Amino acid sequence: MRIQNHPILDFKKGAKVNFTFDGVKVEGYEGEPIAAALHAAGVRVLSHSRNYKRPRGFWCAIGNCSSCNMRVNGVPNVRTCVEPLQDGMIVETQEGKGKIGGVCDG
Amino acid sequence: MLEKTGVPAREQVEAVKPTQERLAKGPVAIVECFQEIPCDPCYTACKREAFLPFEDINDLPQTDFEKCNGCGICIGACPGLAIFIVDESYADHEALIMIPWEFLPVPAEGSIVQGLNREGEAVAEVKVKDVRSAGKNKKTSIITLIVPKEFAHDIRSIKV
Amino acid sequence: MDKAEILVIGSGPAGLKAALSAAEQGAEVTLVERDPFLGGQLVKQTHMFFGSKEQYAAERGFKIAEKLSREVEAHPGIRVLCDTTALGYYDDGVVSLEVKGRFATVKPQSLIMATGAQENTLMFPNCDLPGVYGAGAVQTLMNVHGIIPGKRVAMVGAGNIGVIVSYQLLQAGVEVPAIVEALPHIGAYHVHASKVRRMGVPIYTSHTVLSAHGKDSLEKITMVAIDQDRQPVAGTEQELDVDVLCIAVGLTPLTEILFQAGCKMVYIPELGGHVAMRSDTLETSVPNIFVCGDVGGIEEASAAMVEGSIAGLTAARNFGYGKDSYEDQLAAARRELDSLRSGPVGEKIRSGLKRLSSFGEVTQ
Repeated sequence: MRIQNHPILDFKKGAKVNFTFDGVKVEGYEGEPIAAALHAAGVRVLSHSRNYKRPRGFWCAIGNCSSCNMRVNGVPNVRTCVEPLQDGMIVETQEGKGKIGGVCDG
Repeated sequence: MLEKTGVPAREQVEAVKPTQERLAKGPVAIVECFQEIPCDPCYTACKREAFLPFEDINDLPQTDFEKCNGCGICIGACPGLAIFIVDESYADHEALIMIPWEFLPVPAEGSIVQGLNREGEAVAEVKVKDVRSAGKNKKTSIITLIVPKEFAHDIRSIKV
Repeated sequence: MDKAEILVIGSGPAGLKAALSAAEQGAEVTLVERDPFLGGQLVKQTHMFFGSKEQYAAERGFKIAEKLSREVEAHPGIRVLCDTTALGYYDDGVVSLEVKGRFATVKPQSLIMATGAQENTLMFPNCDLPGVYGAGAVQTLMNVHGIIPGKRVAMVGAGNIGVIVSYQLLQAGVEVPAIVEALPHIGAYHVHASKVRRMGVPIYTSHTVLSAHGKDSLEKITMVAIDQDRQPVAGTEQELDVDVLCIAVGLTPLTEILFQAGCKMVYIPELGGHVAMRSDTLETSVPNIFVCGDVGGIEEASAAMVEGSIAGLTAARNFGYGKDSYEDQLAAARRELDSLRSGPVGEKIRSGLKRLSSFGEVTQ
């Protein structure tokens, strides 16, 4: 959910853009991190762990921890907490360590 | 107490209160700052020199209640939001208090809100007398409340 | 290969001040920042800062970031590279960088490390569930991007970060049903604690999180009281419905590049982990490599700014800049730093620095 009014801060947003998450159309703002746009849309599970397939969300949100790695435009292990959102991006839940091209199979 | 719950003990609150005589005279600042931290904006904010000079930046603020006229400029200067103005001279059964406010909504003047004590419990319904900005670019509001006199030293927040 | 007189890594309070002080002496500074904007964690701080006028007391953190960033960007002696991650340090003194997705190298004559710190984690069953977030992550999401992390958020940690972020959650309209702290006392400045308490947020000292629950993401936590030996007290378990658990249990300095550069490192718990041994002008055991801010020991931003000034002034002085004014400026900064650390809340940093100096003096 997005903050509409804040007592201290004003938020500058980029243009409204569309992208897809696992094939479903989602709206976000250009330039904000992909994971932030997903969170605003209610998506909290970004990947599944390699061995036990446990759900993973973001943790540090500053590009340190790799918990938010996803497949973006076919490229796995994109740190979505810092990767700016662009119009038309294809974002997918990452399974395990991901795979370049093809289907990611962990 | 304070270091376990965030709520100062009764004795701590009593220790920083002006005398009853001074309280009866009119508005005065009460500084609920009980821990020595490196911080001195209250001292530099007051144009009347109502805060005694800090020998060390970690000193607790000391107020000269006779110099303080309760203007409230220190409320918005205090990073800990720990300064309140109490005016017991307002009416027989009501006092005015001024509190800092950094939340939304900002209550409307004339509206009735819940007065909360230091533990966040509602203790009385209070009327918002005045809302003003703590200063240019400050974003903190200073809210003046009309409160039952018996709660003038308990109410420190509101629920809008 | 690019050359730089002074390279500053990190543009938080320490890095910004280091770049400015060095450039004001006439040195040529390159400042690298991995975010697309300057300011580090300062940009997320909505509260007014403590300290004195010299450290911008009573101004909000993000306003201080704006002010210092503007000065840095306007300074002709500072080259700013945002979207730039420092990757490593090599034996020949070369620093490798990723500049907007491209690989680059730079060989600085002097290196000021202002890389800050990363958040500590906490282990409990299901601590990996989505919804269990670092406090810094919550600040980023909420105060930079304007997105609330959840509807009901419990906080672990009643240090300054835990209590300040709880207050920020309230400001964003989020309910905070509990702040859980394992220590028997609140570590935050008490005025911060009183601010959230009078808004109705209970602070549970001597409590911890036993476990988290949820299918795909967090739905509930179990908290429990702990005894003096930090063991759970049977029968005190409480369940709390929350969709986010925010973890604020301390920070660890980000020191990888210092290790790579061969700086002598020692483990000082009071400073947050491994830190570089350094002289009183913050020069490490490797000549012309400096540390300032959290990378040298976890402390408040006000102290980080003063340390940045000391490192910047000294790095510039080493190349002959500002020789005449150096001693006076250094003395003034030292006085500021000593006074910030002199009170009861400076006890931890003082004992950490004392322990650090017990490992011997750093000489170049």
